[in-house]
Amino acid sequence: MAIDTFLQQVVSGLATGGIYASLALALVMIYQATEIVNFAQGEMAMFSTYVAWSMLNAGVPYWAAFLGTLVLAFLGGFLIERVIVRPVEGKPVLTLVIVCIGLLVILNSLAGWIYSYVIQPFPSPFPRAPIRVGTVVFGPHDLGVIVVTLAMLGLLYAFFRYTTLGLAMRAAAQNPGSSRLCGIRVGRMLGLGWGLAALVGAVAGLLVAPVIFLEPNMMGGILIYAFAAATLGGITSPFGAVVGGFLVGVIENLAGTYIPFIGTELKLTVALLIIVVVLLVRPTGLFGHAVVRRV
Amino acid sequence: MPRGRAVGLGALLLLVLLMPFALSGFRLFQFTQVCVYAMVLLGLNLLTGYNGQISLGHGAFYALGAYTAAIMIDRWSVPYGWTIPAAGAACFLVGFLFGIPALRLEGLHLALATFALALAVPQILKYFDGWTGGSQGIVLSKPRAPLGIPLSPDQWLYYLALVVLLVLFVLTWNLLRSRPGRAIVAIRDNPIAARAMGIDAALYKSLTFGVSAGYTGVAGALGGLAVAFVAPDSFNVFLSITFLVGIVIGGLASVPGAIFGALFIQFVPNYAQEISKAAPWAIYGVFLIAFMYVMPDGVAGFLRRLAHRAGDQARPVRPAASTTPKGGQHAHT
Amino acid sequence: MHTRRTILALSLTVALGLLAGPASAADPGVTATEIKIGHTNPYSGPASAYGTIGKAIGAYFKKVNEEGGVNGRKINFITLDDGYSPPKAVEMVRKLVEQDQVLLLFQTLGTPSNTAIWKYMNDQQVPQLFVATGATKWGDPKGHPWTMGWQPTYQTEGHIYAQYILRNVPDAKIGILFQNDDYGKDYLKGLKDGLGDAAKKAIVLEQSYEVTDPTVDSQIVNLKNSGANVFFNVTTPKFAAQAIKKAADIGWQPVHLLNNVSSSVGAVLKPAGLSASKGVITTQYLKDPTDPQWKNDQGFKDWVAFMDKYYPEGNKADAFNVYGYSVAQSLIQVLKQCGNDLSRANVLKQAASLKGFAVPMLLPGIKINTSPTDFYPIEQEQLARFDGERWVLFGELFDAGKK
Repeated sequence: MAIDTFLQQVVSGLATGGIYASLALALVMIYQATEIVNFAQGEMAMFSTYVAWSMLNAGVPYWAAFLGTLVLAFLGGFLIERVIVRPVEGKPVLTLVIVCIGLLVILNSLAGWIYSYVIQPFPSPFPRAPIRVGTVVFGPHDLGVIVVTLAMLGLLYAFFRYTTLGLAMRAAAQNPGSSRLCGIRVGRMLGLGWGLAALVGAVAGLLVAPVIFLEPNMMGGILIYAFAAATLGGITSPFGAVVGGFLVGVIENLAGTYIPFIGTELKLTVALLIIVVVLLVRPTGLFGHAVVRRV
Repeated sequence: MPRGRAVGLGALLLLVLLMPFALSGFRLFQFTQVCVYAMVLLGLNLLTGYNGQISLGHGAFYALGAYTAAIMIDRWSVPYGWTIPAAGAACFLVGFLFGIPALRLEGLHLALATFALALAVPQILKYFDGWTGGSQGIVLSKPRAPLGIPLSPDQWLYYLALVVLLVLFVLTWNLLRSRPGRAIVAIRDNPIAARAMGIDAALYKSLTFGVSAGYTGVAGALGGLAVAFVAPDSFNVFLSITFLVGIVIGGLASVPGAIFGALFIQFVPNYAQEISKAAPWAIYGVFLIAFMYVMPDGVAGFLRRLAHRAGDQARPVRPAASTTPKGGQHAHT
Repeated sequence: MHTRRTILALSLTVALGLLAGPASAADPGVTATEIKIGHTNPYSGPASAYGTIGKAIGAYFKKVNEEGGVNGRKINFITLDDGYSPPKAVEMVRKLVEQDQVLLLFQTLGTPSNTAIWKYMNDQQVPQLFVATGATKWGDPKGHPWTMGWQPTYQTEGHIYAQYILRNVPDAKIGILFQNDDYGKDYLKGLKDGLGDAAKKAIVLEQSYEVTDPTVDSQIVNLKNSGANVFFNVTTPKFAAQAIKKAADIGWQPVHLLNNVSSSVGAVLKPAGLSASKGVITTQYLKDPTDPQWKNDQGFKDWVAFMDKYYPEGNKADAFNVYGYSVAQSLIQVLKQCGNDLSRANVLKQAASLKGFAVPMLLPGIKINTSPTDFYPIEQEQLARFDGERWVLFGELFDAGKK
């Protein structure tokens, strides 16, 4: 019995961890481009998911809606950077953060206004029947989330490593001055970074919605965990963000199950405490690289 | 201080002092809240604006201050006057202790750690319900003016908050002009150089954290008294984010910025909902973004720039007066 | 002498008249053409799902006004956003009372916010009517005579489930999932009180969640593994749907008791999966607008017509819109009973003398009754079991007022 509970909690933690990981990946993308944590990331993902939902309701087949949403999310992210974020580019970091918070509340409020707060079911592309291994049960969708998240990670890795565009984007983020001298259009690269992040976020939204249902506040809690995951993994590393996401999911479940005096009422507190302690021991996060400071 | 400015300040002070006799209890309550928020923003600005440590968790210290006062009054029948400094002291201590491990955390990690604090505090408050009343909270009575001073509770609280705010203002000004104050700023601007000059960065950073939390605790106690009720729901994560919004809108590293920020976070959401009940947050968000476009360095930075420009026109000979610092982070008052 | 006495008598009469006369007419918020009513609920922030209640109420008052108002007076409904924050609620309520000078406060939402303004309202002697929370403390005519609830209390509902368990599940092992706040804990208390001595032995595991939790999967796994054969599900719609779905996914089939808060077919059971929801038991007092059994019910048809005309942007699957409509009807009844004496004292008196008032969207047989010692307007509820398509009411009407 005990080992069953443990395994089931780990599996279920990995499944939710996959959700955190996919949004954490989006956070890392924007951090790499603009050096801020985009607090509006969750709401952007939520909004994209509503777009997909509208398409599905209009009778568009799932995969067409999926692709359509990714394209729209990419364009949306690009436009948000070019139109809304651009005027405060180069301003203090906290100014950018406030603009992101502004975006968060606008998107949240608009979604509630347009779509109401009634929760909506959202279809999963994966089969429904649960898979049983021994006494441990997990849904095919959970497995799908993990696979898609890992696939996304691989694609992003290849993109940034092997394509000219990916390399140009990294260069623009790390050293805008020299990049400009090399003929890279830094502004456009930033826009592309946001677009890509919005796309990754949209995938996260589409993966999450079948599990937690679609509603305007669906990403609020997830953003918190994704932020923790990205920081834990090292905000500069997409790989770290994914590992961080899985870890957060599992830590949270095990803390809630096995620290009986704490129980579920302080689950989040304990999970966060563990993460902070890890960061104390490894100040760069698990997979981030240390920043060398010039004096 | 130039004469014009002194006269202006004097007039402002007079206005602020006479307000209780012209405004209704409800308006006074709002301005008491403004004073309370301004205290928080002063403290947070000391930490984030002057010392460069970002906190997403000052709502936690605010809650701690409010609960310290409420528990002392409710459980131990301590006169409320004592609870305000007690709340400040308790938060100073907690902030100082929190600042010690936080030393190892920089930038984003500190933001996460403080954010975690903001998330955890409501949970902890609910957990220890024997003390805190759990999710039901603690109902307080509004304090009356002492010694039979003929003021209504609203008027009295307003004056109390105002006086405390003024004291904190003076303290902040003096602190920033002192040796420790310069050390605090030096650590933000160049930690390595500061250390090389013999500044004990660790000590100053924790102390700044403590002082900042202490201010917030005092504010929390007064806020709890003004609302006459504390509950975990009053101190959610959005409160901490609102405080951050307050210091950026008011102006980072600006002492008077606290007032502008407090006015913004108190009144702008109210205007937003007057414009649209359907989506008040959408309007609020538009205000936020618009403010940042027009005043990327906050209201204080904006005014500073205006003043510079006016000065330039008056004395066109002075050359580089318009080199306003670009980053609000590095602007000083 | 004689004249002097007459003058004295006359002036006394005038003085008394001045004292007594205006007292009934001079309360703020009422003119010959208007009644001002104040209201707060969250239109922004994480709790903004409740905002639709305020919008539905506003829409209903618009309908009343278009149909001539109450005794010739139009309702001026001032509704403000408190973001579910008690300090903001205090600020907004003080604005309504002191600046807008409303006659009464109606349907302020949330236990914390109402607790924050409770004392203030009773000190000011302004009615705080039909508050939107199911806490038990609102029915306190002695200590807080200006405050009154409306819906059945959470504790009452917890009681009903306890009785059901005691009668129907012999070896009950109860697992509980609850929201970690006043609402969840009230339900818990109701259940435990109802179980009495049996509670300690019967409850095998309590699991809580926070509104910020993304999922309750982990809690459901623990509840299943605790060996519970009764699942008491005290969650709001999103988490309720998740819980139902997850329980089905991991093959846990307990006796599932779902709190009324999340009993909507359209907004909870359908998203969770109708077959997964089969067999779930709840209690009801309002007609669920997404339940096909009310399709031809007159009360339901009127509600649909109302929604179409006055609140077309509102979602008809949202039970909150039925709630807002019904509570607004209750207030109109109180105002009608007041006649032309719209003093605060009389409003309160009439609110405390509702007798057998039937609201069309309440379940058949449920009536609103209040008295000067009974500040619980709705005290009747009925158990219902979901048959995969609709709620099937069963058992007797439970009446907490008759004990």
